[in-house]
Amino acid sequence: MTIPAVVSATDLSLTFHTSDGPVTALSDVTLDIKKGEFVSFIGPSGCGKTTFLRAIADLERPTSGSIEVNGQTPGNARKDRAYGYVFQAAALYPWRTIEKNVALPLEIMGYSKALKAERIARTLALVNLEGFEKKYPWQLSGGMQQRASIARALAFDADLLLMDEPFGALDEIVRDHLNSELLKLWKETQKTICFVTHSIPEAVYLSTKIVVMSPRPGRVTDIIESSLPAERPLDIRETPEFLAIAARVREGLRAGHSYEE
Amino acid sequence: MSQLQHYLAIVAWGLSAAALVMGWVSADALPPAWLFVFLLLGTASLVRIAGWFSLWLDGIIAGAGVVAVLVSLPDLSPVPGYYWLALLAAWAFAWLFVERLTRAMASGLVEPGIFGFLVPLIFGVMVLVIWEAVTRGANVPSVILPPPSAIWARIAGSTSTLWADFQQTFLKAVLIGYALGCGLGFAVAILIDRSPFLKRGLLPLGNFVSALPIIGVAPIMVMWFGFDWPSKAAVVVIMTFFPMLVNTVAGLNAAGAMERDLMRTYAAGYWQTLLKLRLPAAAPFIFNALKINSTLALIGAIVAEFFGTPIVGMGFRISTEVGRMNVDMVWAEIAVAALAGSAFYGVVVLVERATTFWHPSVRSA
Repeated sequence: MTIPAVVSATDLSLTFHTSDGPVTALSDVTLDIKKGEFVSFIGPSGCGKTTFLRAIADLERPTSGSIEVNGQTPGNARKDRAYGYVFQAAALYPWRTIEKNVALPLEIMGYSKALKAERIARTLALVNLEGFEKKYPWQLSGGMQQRASIARALAFDADLLLMDEPFGALDEIVRDHLNSELLKLWKETQKTICFVTHSIPEAVYLSTKIVVMSPRPGRVTDIIESSLPAERPLDIRETPEFLAIAARVREGLRAGHSYEE
Repeated sequence: MSQLQHYLAIVAWGLSAAALVMGWVSADALPPAWLFVFLLLGTASLVRIAGWFSLWLDGIIAGAGVVAVLVSLPDLSPVPGYYWLALLAAWAFAWLFVERLTRAMASGLVEPGIFGFLVPLIFGVMVLVIWEAVTRGANVPSVILPPPSAIWARIAGSTSTLWADFQQTFLKAVLIGYALGCGLGFAVAILIDRSPFLKRGLLPLGNFVSALPIIGVAPIMVMWFGFDWPSKAAVVVIMTFFPMLVNTVAGLNAAGAMERDLMRTYAAGYWQTLLKLRLPAAAPFIFNALKINSTLALIGAIVAEFFGTPIVGMGFRISTEVGRMNVDMVWAEIAVAALAGSAFYGVVVLVERATTFWHPSVRSA
């Protein structure tokens, strides 16, 4: 049985034209993401991990090479609402309550009133935000805001979840907590998740596959299939197996750095 | 009591005592009864050095002072020196009272929800009282500055004229011109937003229109739209159009990149993005324009009436009555205009508070 590829990139390159001249954000990236995988992209800033995620989401247009999402162009996949996107900041609309923020994509996609109510209740339960429906975003903590934004991305039940450093601005205690919740959520919903991070423990803890990237030009230096079991308590991070994978990620990051200039 | 309050208490007492002595020594008769009582109370306020002295007692003395300087004014002619000291004393007591009241509210001793209105009220009353006492006591010619009582008498005596002027200028020219100008500015901003071509063409044109001097435009509008209110509304449209245009254009760009990308990931159309993201994000800017325009519109309509009008209207009344030296009528119109303008602005602010409750500037207030 072959698992279908949700995202499939071949020789993907992307160049930004800035006032300082062209910047190669992605160079010849070839990568397959299978259905149900949890893929982390890790690397220093400027390595193109966010750009790759945005290319999947059709927020950036590749310069050359090809990329397919669900067997379609990213543009068509976007119009099919194939993915939910979670940004670095919660980006909740302050004039809407939490409930209305989660309803935003549903309103745009023309869901019926009953279906909207059902989806809101279900996704808010999924991220443990029951009871906060009528609150405004600015009345919640940063961690709760980010959970609400995850609920918003899940509301229309797309199979692919793209997350761009969603917990980057949160403190470590909150982040640990949200990481284990995210794993639980991933198991419950069976979604494919692409997760950008620059934290090695976070990447190793969450992923079934870790893509190590390096900058100038942005490229993939290593792809690690994780051998960790599906059941992952937080203290798995002290096991030798975990540390071995973390060491390999670190090595990949170091190898990608060039100090010639 | 703070240091400022100590000084104020000493100054207020000193002024009362000095006025009392002066009244006693210099005049053939004692000062008028009310003034005498106030000055005695003010001098007696020295008992505060013995300890506790309620801030409400200062308030009562200030109130007695206000009544005293107003009531005793007709009996004093020419006005003696101690009268001015008494006026200063009344003012010092009022200041001391307000100072103590605000401190007490800040520390929670007095409920701000109930007594908060007292502070601006006392300030306004004191300005009027000093104005009244100085203009009448010093016999200021009414052409220079009439006393508030004369202005009030004029307002009360000519309500029908004032109402007709208010209707003509405010209810017709200002409100209609404001609605048209703001609406047009908003609509053109949306058009500009839709097409970069229009942005290059219409924005400079709007800029140009705003640079037109209203003094020059008003007579031309009279030629175009006649003597009645439409020509004034046209001037208001010209004045209010540009602030609305510029603020809306800026506001439509206020939504963050992430929030826009979010809409793109939902494959939302232009109008969906506009209605659900960009217009709500632009609301604080749009309300800024509405607030600026609420005062601009009134100025525009009044000035426009200087250049040809039927024989009714606030601007018409001001320009003709000043020519007839009826300055109290001019002041009456100014008072109506100030009241109407503040009320208009206040209504816009209330709507703004209700609409942009989520904005940090409203949230913290």
